[in-house]
Amino acid sequence: MANDEVILLDFWPSMFGMRLRIALAEKEVKYEYKEEDLRNKSPLLLQMNPIHKKIPVLIHNGKPVCESNIAVEYIDEVWKDKAPLLPSDPYDRAQARFWADYIDKKLYDSARKIWGTKGEEQEAGKKDFIECLNVLEGELGDKPYFGGDNFGFVDIALIGFYSWFYAYETYGNLSTEAECPKFVAWAKRCMQRDSVAKSLPDQHKVLEFIKVLRKKYGVE
Amino acid sequence: MSGVKLLGINGSPASRRVEWALKIKGVEYEFIEEDLQNKSQLLLESNPVYKKIPVLLHNGKPIAESLVIIEYIDEVFEGPCILPKDPYDRAIARFWAKFLDEKLPAVWKALWSQGEEQEEDKKEAYEVLKVLDNELKDKKFFGGDGIGFVDIAANFVGFWIGIVEEATGVVLVTSEKFPNFCAWRNKYLNCDQVKENMPSREMLLGYFKSRVQAVANGPK
Repeated sequence: MANDEVILLDFWPSMFGMRLRIALAEKEVKYEYKEEDLRNKSPLLLQMNPIHKKIPVLIHNGKPVCESNIAVEYIDEVWKDKAPLLPSDPYDRAQARFWADYIDKKLYDSARKIWGTKGEEQEAGKKDFIECLNVLEGELGDKPYFGGDNFGFVDIALIGFYSWFYAYETYGNLSTEAECPKFVAWAKRCMQRDSVAKSLPDQHKVLEFIKVLRKKYGVE
Repeated sequence: MSGVKLLGINGSPASRRVEWALKIKGVEYEFIEEDLQNKSQLLLESNPVYKKIPVLLHNGKPIAESLVIIEYIDEVFEGPCILPKDPYDRAIARFWAKFLDEKLPAVWKALWSQGEEQEEDKKEAYEVLKVLDNELKDKKFFGGDGIGFVDIAANFVGFWIGIVEEATGVVLVTSEKFPNFCAWRNKYLNCDQVKENMPSREMLLGYFKSRVQAVANGPK
């Protein structure tokens, strides 16, 4: 694997990009990080993800892998000698895929309503978001991580959202510590991992970014 | 509680995908037809998150989400491989299966669309079909020379669309617009695996025709 060329096309606040940063860090894979300007996408991005034109894109020896959860599984399968990200048992693996898919289906849209809308729509978003987190708390139970004793696929799929929590709390006027204390405890545990701490942006920086977005969308 | 049970619906693409995967592996299973207006206790307990079919129960342990179930079946049971072995090819297969699932609602909407919205809805569906058409340019099936994971995932676009088009009179797929897709579909519909694993065309046509009638007679 010494001559592997790994490039990550990413955008610093993206909780989806963070998944790949964390996975690559867990596997200790050297890669080149390329920051994309989403208002002015690079020819490389458009070439590597012509269908969705979205980040993140993992480019391994010139070949692109798109869709963040798919790319994390790819990373796990290729760099299989270190830090397994998915469980070894097929049933546990199926559960991990189920929950990563749940996060993709449910969390982003409701969270977006919290910072991106007002009034009734925002209230609905808040409710859905908290409900989602409560469901995830139920799944976590008393385990230290979603993967059990080991940090893994579902933890990686979810933790990036934590970097947006200060923004959700500010614009949504909610206290995640009060509404989902187990979730916050889990998140703080994950933040103690090097791979996570180095991959997530500062929450205040994210807040500033959202502030600009809100002005753009006329919500501010 | 041993053995394999599938909670499903005869006429559901997602349910049929799972049955197809079980047949590929030669797995004996008990099929339980659910009534969505009156969901069984077993279904509600086995899939509390979505309360949807299909759900596979293997030795009493439930797995939900058809693509997750198929990957589980591929990993646990002996027999021909459903997903490719190479990690990159697996990532590509997962990408296309996800694309099909995510874009299905847009195609479905266009088939049932009426009035002013129809043109816009059809445009969106055409975009999806164009992407699929392009992907099939140099291939016999999505899986290459033989049927694979993506072809199983594509049962809705391959089998169901034509039937709904006949029932509603809305035509999305023409060989002028989508030559490669039509060539794939012809091979698909003629291959034994598809013939054995799809519901009765007459039954589905009858069902959709009655839905068209219900829409026509419904509240305006």
